[in-house]
Amino acid sequence: MSILIDKKTRLLVQGITGGEGSFHTQRCIEYGTRVVAGVTPGKGGSETLGVPVFNTVETAVKKTGANASLIFVPAAFAADAILEAADAGIPLVVCITEGIPILDMVMVHNYLKDKSTRLIGPNCPGLISPGKCKAGLMAGEIHLPGNVGVVSRSGTLTYETVAQLTGLGIGQSTCVGIGGDPLPGSTFVDILELFQKDKDTRSVVLIGEIGGTAEQEAAKFIKEKMTKPVVAFVAGATAPPGRRMGHAGAIISGSSGRASEKIAALAAAGATIAPSPAEIGTTVKKVLETNS
Amino acid sequence: MKIHEYQAKALLSEFGIPVPKGAVASTPAEAKSIAAELTGKVAIKAQVYAGGRGKAGGIKVSNTPEEAEKLAGQILGTRLVTRQTAPEGVPVSKVLVEKAVSVQRELYLSIIVDNASRMPAMMASEAGGMDIEEVARVSPEKILKVYIDPASGFQAFQGRKLAYGMNLSPTQVRPATRLMTNLYQLFQAKDCSLAEINPLVVTADGEILALDAKLNFDDNALFRHSDIEQLHDVEQEDPLEVKANELGVKNYIKMDGNIGCMVNGAGLAMAVMDLITKAGGRPANFLDIGTVNNTDRVVAAFKVFTTDPSVKAVLVNIFGGIARVDVIAQGIVEAHQQMDIRLPLVVRLAGTNVDEGKRILAQSKIRFIEATNFYDAARKAVAAAKGERN
Repeated sequence: MSILIDKKTRLLVQGITGGEGSFHTQRCIEYGTRVVAGVTPGKGGSETLGVPVFNTVETAVKKTGANASLIFVPAAFAADAILEAADAGIPLVVCITEGIPILDMVMVHNYLKDKSTRLIGPNCPGLISPGKCKAGLMAGEIHLPGNVGVVSRSGTLTYETVAQLTGLGIGQSTCVGIGGDPLPGSTFVDILELFQKDKDTRSVVLIGEIGGTAEQEAAKFIKEKMTKPVVAFVAGATAPPGRRMGHAGAIISGSSGRASEKIAALAAAGATIAPSPAEIGTTVKKVLETNS
Repeated sequence: MKIHEYQAKALLSEFGIPVPKGAVASTPAEAKSIAAELTGKVAIKAQVYAGGRGKAGGIKVSNTPEEAEKLAGQILGTRLVTRQTAPEGVPVSKVLVEKAVSVQRELYLSIIVDNASRMPAMMASEAGGMDIEEVARVSPEKILKVYIDPASGFQAFQGRKLAYGMNLSPTQVRPATRLMTNLYQLFQAKDCSLAEINPLVVTADGEILALDAKLNFDDNALFRHSDIEQLHDVEQEDPLEVKANELGVKNYIKMDGNIGCMVNGAGLAMAVMDLITKAGGRPANFLDIGTVNNTDRVVAAFKVFTTDPSVKAVLVNIFGGIARVDVIAQGIVEAHQQMDIRLPLVVRLAGTNVDEGKRILAQSKIRFIEATNFYDAARKAVAAAKGERN
């Protein structure tokens, strides 16, 4: 098993005809993902990469039975794209787009409150269940099917982590990039909950960073609800306070945003802390050996 | 994005929020004539992107236009060092000259987006004029908070809750509620990330007005606020960061070390800084080079490195996903062809099109130190910056 996406996923791509949209759709298809539809308003009726394109998400869902959407729409229009997918009843929406205004996301979250749609992102690399389905930007070939779940606020640091794991022969169940924005659709806690329930996930790697309190909330969940071992790393121990470190959410304002506070909370909750970003893989290996 | 206090107050005014009478001056003579027009006691406030001005000598009070001229002359053209600035301080090119207000009470009012509730939250406190984080730490019960439903907006009952909560008199509650409603309207209309009035004062006459004002804006929303974007004062920023930005290198933050860093991805870039520090060095900057579709940004980043006199070595760590390793490698080569770069260069490449990237670097004539993994890269860069041979 895996979480959120697998062989049964029927993926729709919003913004499929754009540069990034078509580049990554091609790679998702090559990986084996079933991309069943694309949506670009004004290009309905055409076909791209062998995939039928529709004007609206509603029509695309009706015609193809799409059950997940991957969004590559520019920031100014991305909130609207998320709402359209939720309105069409798509249960899983993955928004790659970076730079969506925060008040647009406030409005999106308010709209999603009474909908059943789960949002991943925005400002994220998407997710992959190795060997089954890829709905995101990650290079498929660095992954290996297995039993470690990965959840992260950072894209490339996740690639780094996965490469370390695969290099040690440790496979992954699902890798989820929840994104670097301050108001992510799904939080660490949401994804940890799914990993805890997933039979094929035996341990979890959590990669956090400075800013906000998501890691502290994850720590609380780990302490109270998780029985599976968790390895954690928090980036930004050397980041200065008050500066936005690339990600909109990566800014230390107040002591709770610091890496040291987050690491302390995770360690106190029983997570094993990787001593450096270069040692995440080896830390997982040690934890797996102790727990086997 | 930040703006100056005088600009923030103009926006507050535009949205119907009372502020003291005043105007901005760039010269002592201007300060004198503003003071003469205002009559009586005036406050002269240095306009900088930093708090803690009062204690740093950036706010003065004068009784006559002549004194205002003299005091403005003491502040204008200097660099103000406060607890929030770098040791070299920030330049003062403008002062705000304001009619002095006789203060009866100092309150606090602000709006931010609250991450946990995913809603805007308005905070109010009777403990105004102090650092609100300090108030939150020492006496959290003094901070009142209401969450604003984005669909229905700020409601009058929420205003009454905060106003009565701050022990305002019944006649002050209505104007306070109106002020709060207006502040939320401004917050929403201009895509603020922070709207803070500290202190919000009750004057001796019982009037409520914003004695200080701080407005920060969501960088991601500036595309729909060109009026706000043009208020940006680059003089207040680090000159290297300004140059990087002009060259199209976004997400560059100057640090105090000597290893220039080029990394793709914000999390990985922070992790690289952490590793450099662990290996005994210090990064000269944070840089997320982002998704690179052509070589321009890579070349521009090297321009920034060569402009920064503190840089003694460059570390390139790329894990290609969206970013293509071959394009970055080509950019490194072009930078070395266009500029005379003598800095030791440590390169670690992995991910999408890595073989092509390595081939491009190998075939070029540039000298570089190849790193096999993440930690190896940091270690080699630290050694190179110290002048050690690898």
